[in-house]
Amino acid sequence: MISLQTYLIIGAILLVLGIYTVVSRRNAVGILMGVELILNSAGLNFVAVSRFVELSIDGQVFTIFIIVLAASEAAVALGIILSYFQTYASVYADRADSLRR
Amino acid sequence: MGEIVFIALAVGTTVGAGVVAFSKNIVYSAFALLLSFFCVAGLYVFLAADFVAATQVIVYIGGILVLILFGVMLTEKIEKVNISNQALKPFRAWILLIVSGGILIAAIVKTNWITKAPLPPTPTTGELGNAFLTRYLLPFEIASVLLLVALIGAIIAGRKEVRRK
Repeated sequence: MISLQTYLIIGAILLVLGIYTVVSRRNAVGILMGVELILNSAGLNFVAVSRFVELSIDGQVFTIFIIVLAASEAAVALGIILSYFQTYASVYADRADSLRR
Repeated sequence: MGEIVFIALAVGTTVGAGVVAFSKNIVYSAFALLLSFFCVAGLYVFLAADFVAATQVIVYIGGILVLILFGVMLTEKIEKVNISNQALKPFRAWILLIVSGGILIAAIVKTNWITKAPLPPTPTTGELGNAFLTRYLLPFEIASVLLLVALIGAIIAGRKEVRRK
């Protein structure tokens, strides 16, 4: 019997590794991958809690909304990254500071 | 048998996420993300969420991952791809990882979760359709509008600028 804690721990590991990726990567596409990991962990937690605590379908509905949000976010973020790359010929997030200068 | 598959899926999820976080090569990161997404879809099957698992495979692996791979291929020069995903100030990020991960896992283990015995797995597609068209109708419509806005916004953000002289 697999308990709720197991799923929550897997979700926590995904969340923490996603936060590490977002904080530490230089490459903007790498940062985007970290955001996807974080959204995946949130979806996993929603489904797990709705199966073990709530016994209803609501958590799965929220997970599908999360997947929709992740898809639109990835499309817009990649559009921005590609247009930044066309202008500055780099995808490094620490070089995207032309508003500050 | 079920436990062995579950352990394999859990290990695949965490190892994939770990390679995404720590690999210096962004192509390796992208394919490790594929492994992680696929194993999360397997975990959804274990949680009796068949429709969500199929959506995860179709949207995440078929859509988002292909987009990310396109992003990698279009922005990275192939001769320097093996150092394409360096970490910036990894020491601070390590502190954040260890502290937040420790707090989260300690909280999960120490909390006395009030769980019920899960129901036997049934097909969820019909129930989800009912939920989308009754209780969650407004969020569903807003999500459709959001998708349209994201579509237009991605096209406008990603196209080439054409300047009139």
